[in-house]
Amino acid sequence: MSRLWRASPLTYFALVAAGGLSVFPIYWMFVVASRSSDAMGQLPPPVTPGGNLGANISRLFANTDAYFLTGLINSAIVAITVTVSVVFFSSLAGFAFAKLRFRGSNALLMIIIATMMVPTQLGIIPLYMLMTKLNLNDRLPAVILPVLVTGFGVFMMRQYAGQAISTELIEAARVDGCGTARIYWNVVLPALRPAIAVLGLLTFMTTWNDFLWPYAVLNDPENPTVQLSLRALSDGYYQDMSQVFTGTAIATLPLLLVFVLFGRQIIGGIMEGAVKS
Amino acid sequence: MALQLDARPPTAPTPGRSRLSRAGRLSRIDAKYSPYLYIAPFFVIFAIFGAWPLAYTFWVSLHDWDLLGSNPTFIGADNYTRLLADSDFWHSVVNTLGIFLLSTVPQLLLALWLANLLNRQLRMRTGWRMAVLVPNVTSTAAVAIVFGVLFGREFGMINWLLDLVGIDGIEWKSNRFASWVAISTMVDWRWTGYNALIFLAAMQAIPRDLYEAAAIDGANRARQFWSVTVPLLKPTIIFCVIISTIGGLQLFTEPRLFHSGTNAIRGGPLRESQTMTMYMFENAFAPYYNFGYGSAVAWLLFALIAIVAAINVLIIRRLGSSARPPEAKRKGGFR
Repeated sequence: MSRLWRASPLTYFALVAAGGLSVFPIYWMFVVASRSSDAMGQLPPPVTPGGNLGANISRLFANTDAYFLTGLINSAIVAITVTVSVVFFSSLAGFAFAKLRFRGSNALLMIIIATMMVPTQLGIIPLYMLMTKLNLNDRLPAVILPVLVTGFGVFMMRQYAGQAISTELIEAARVDGCGTARIYWNVVLPALRPAIAVLGLLTFMTTWNDFLWPYAVLNDPENPTVQLSLRALSDGYYQDMSQVFTGTAIATLPLLLVFVLFGRQIIGGIMEGAVKS
Repeated sequence: MALQLDARPPTAPTPGRSRLSRAGRLSRIDAKYSPYLYIAPFFVIFAIFGAWPLAYTFWVSLHDWDLLGSNPTFIGADNYTRLLADSDFWHSVVNTLGIFLLSTVPQLLLALWLANLLNRQLRMRTGWRMAVLVPNVTSTAAVAIVFGVLFGREFGMINWLLDLVGIDGIEWKSNRFASWVAISTMVDWRWTGYNALIFLAAMQAIPRDLYEAAAIDGANRARQFWSVTVPLLKPTIIFCVIISTIGGLQLFTEPRLFHSGTNAIRGGPLRESQTMTMYMFENAFAPYYNFGYGSAVAWLLFALIAIVAAINVLIIRRLGSSARPPEAKRKGGFR
């Protein structure tokens, strides 16, 4: 590839503006979270951190409407379970589609791609009825079960497995007497590691963020996910905004942490997925 | 796995040969059937928790069906006829379309422009990419709450800034159009960078010599962008438009948490920014639990998504289809 266009000072100026607008609301969230509750009534609005973060955190965890700690723990349980499950089942199916020959594989793959376009969120009413029947309302399995494996995950793994795993290696393992299960475990899984990292990160973030379905099915205020705790805080009769913002900041923190540590891989994953799809 | 246990060779002449043929047989069965086992979890999960509920929503929508569901009565299209005469429903349709237009069009144009900026020789390349992507990785609920405060009437930062330049404070939550703008801003903020990275990836796959050829023909930078870059990005643009359509028309979290209080599900005192998904939710869950009526909303929304997606694809196909350079081959991974 020959060289790219040079970036002019104007380019940098525009990028700084875009980056600033992107980062500011997040920054400001932490500012308000670190201030006392009267920061909300100040003009001009405060833009530098204060020293009240610790006090806000203890008030937040003591808040008896939000069940914030339960929310954090529940979200961690849900997000981690879903991530492990999605990664496992998606890599298994992706391996099958990319490297194993079986009748109907193309048609089945097309079906999976098509399912990515289906707005399944519109089915939450029967889903709610189903969970009632299974006696899972207000319980975490209700938000875990529907997303144990996703079409996006299978498709992404199939794309990656197609280029990352050499067919010769699989044939060699087969000649050595390996069954497909052992080939998956010993050959495929190690080779898929970079893609697994990206899929895992994206799944974790999506699940952590989920709002509509948990809001519908987890009605017990004492057993929320962290996003539902935020809703309870925000809808509270008496609003202490610095406490609410402390909640939003803490709920965002795990995602930011993941992003700072693995941002490069996440960006690579999004961009590679775009080129191939 | 039960298949393997049942797979016994029909004859067993000598122990040694039997073991061999049995192993061979097992491995053949493994090769033939295990792929189906590996892909089965997706289909099972999708069938139970994705496809069935969506299809069953239609069945429910033909009934008078409440929370107990003990005795759902079949009422045919009654829910739909009531819905079509329901002004609150139409209000939510207009809100949904308004917010959708305000959020998708600027978002994709900005993303194109941003991708064009990022597609240059930059210092700190990854840093810029991370900066524009960071809105996408934050918690939607958290962001909606933060924007709700930024757009506050008296002490919100936006009104304060507007005041600095001499514009009177805007009622972001109780003026219908203003609330659309505020909510769309949130959506744009979250998704512009993400789409920019997708466009960027596609831009990097465009062969440089096309630009050189265009430059030799006397096309300036802007001309090159519109006659080379954009037409070649068309498949990617269609992809992004469809994804944005499916997501944008189902918008829920942002408008729901932009408002607060007991009636927030109505999207403001006079339903200023209640989307169709919110209207479905309001009817189908606490306190009404009118499953039949909510399901009818869901299906009309489903139909709307299909129609809008089809219209979008048609429009984009039309745009610039006359002057279309040969399709670029995309191979290999790009960074």
